[in-house]
Amino acid sequence: MKNWLISHTHVLLFTLRRFLTTPLSSLLNILVIGIALSLPAGMYLMLKSVQSLAEQAVGTPQISIFLSMDASNDEVTHIGKQLKQHASINQVKFVPRDQALEQLKQTTGLADVIGGLAQNPLPDAYVIYPKISDAQALEALRDEFKKWPKIEYVQLDSAWARKLEAMLKFGLLAVLILAVLLSFALIAITFNTIRLQILTQREEIEVSKLIGATNTFIRRPFLYFGFLQGLLGGATAWFIITISLRLLNNNLSELTHLYASSFTLHLPSIGDSSILLLLSAYLGWLGAWLSVAQHLWQIEPR
Amino acid sequence: MIQFSQICKRYPGGYEALKNVSFEIAEGEMIFLTGHSGAGKSTLLKLIAAIERPNSGSIVVKGQNVSSIKGGALPYLRRNLGLIFQDHKILFDRSVFDNVMLPLRICGFDHRESAKRVRAALDKVGLLKREKNNPIALSGGEQQRLCIARAIVNRPSILLADEPTGNLDKDYASDIMGIFKSFHQVGVTLLISSHDESILRQFKGRVLALKNGELCP
Repeated sequence: MKNWLISHTHVLLFTLRRFLTTPLSSLLNILVIGIALSLPAGMYLMLKSVQSLAEQAVGTPQISIFLSMDASNDEVTHIGKQLKQHASINQVKFVPRDQALEQLKQTTGLADVIGGLAQNPLPDAYVIYPKISDAQALEALRDEFKKWPKIEYVQLDSAWARKLEAMLKFGLLAVLILAVLLSFALIAITFNTIRLQILTQREEIEVSKLIGATNTFIRRPFLYFGFLQGLLGGATAWFIITISLRLLNNNLSELTHLYASSFTLHLPSIGDSSILLLLSAYLGWLGAWLSVAQHLWQIEPR
Repeated sequence: MIQFSQICKRYPGGYEALKNVSFEIAEGEMIFLTGHSGAGKSTLLKLIAAIERPNSGSIVVKGQNVSSIKGGALPYLRRNLGLIFQDHKILFDRSVFDNVMLPLRICGFDHRESAKRVRAALDKVGLLKREKNNPIALSGGEQQRLCIARAIVNRPSILLADEPTGNLDKDYASDIMGIFKSFHQVGVTLLISSHDESILRQFKGRVLALKNGELCP
């Protein structure tokens, strides 16, 4: 057991040394793998961030009801009462037109423009939170309110989120396809690197076979190399993603501030990171294994 | 220890390297294999280490049938043999010490114990002072001795040497033969091939003579 550990440590050190003997090409290989992986992984994380935003919106459906400008105070309170009594409504919030204007002034930075207006262009509005969240029932509810008198416009606020969610699903599928394709690229890169290594070490392999090396022994350093190259490539991808998302978040915070939102892109979690590293290491190992299986039998001592 | 019965070896293309060769070597014997170049000496040695397979006949080494050995068992057969190659097969990307270390690393020996064994083997062939050198800095005779050190570091019971004195002048050659004799004295079975009969005359030992792939009586 101890000897086994020592020989594995030996192989590991040997593999690391092999990286250092050709620093530039090793670095380039790792960088290529890192970039190839960071594309789908980064896009996946961005889509996930947007998706969680959409899910929040879908989770609490809300309907905005805008009243006609000519609705009198009595009519407004009457509609309010009717809404409160409605069976499928949980909560009703009244947004008077003055308050809406004030809010618009504060949150959009358009105070100057609004101040220049002769009169308040906004109608009174009710924001209601229905008990149901089923899309069809919500649409039925919207159509019902539309028929009420003195109601100008009814907006189902979760509709956009649903559309966004469907688009995101489509986007995630596209990312998945990209990830599969680039995984093949990663396997191909490792396959080729190992092939070159096997060719340059032909003599050593031949001699080792002649003096009693098992195939496992000969395969081991190449598998370690593929594994390590994949792992380092994965780590590079992680750094690329983390740094890029941080940069994007810095710029995004200025942008979202303007829209009074606090949307940020999620950085890779510990779970995401370990999946990325494990997957890249595994793909590197797989590429090495395929390459060794393909080329090692060709080297038979004569 | 080594037993050939009716071995025939034909290379692809139809060239017959060995024709109906049978012989037996007992444990602890020192055998010289002679014959002109192309007589089949190298082929015979390669058959023992299963580097080549015979077309017919059977080879038994230490009670194991080599002619039908499976790929998985092959490495363990070769670990029992010390092989000295005609073309040395020394690795020039590492030191003399690491070259001799290779068989022990392959067998998974304890590192400290291995280092001792490597130095003992190098000492035996007189290369202990050169252990840190790259083999490229060694002379032809020294490279040959390095090859011997690598073959014996595993302490094999059978040593196969293909033209070990091939390109060496007389003094070097008898040097090397002296080393082989000392292995013979500690009970190692040796099979040494050479086309140079003047060297063989200096040593007592059974001679197997090959001529055109056949064993001379």
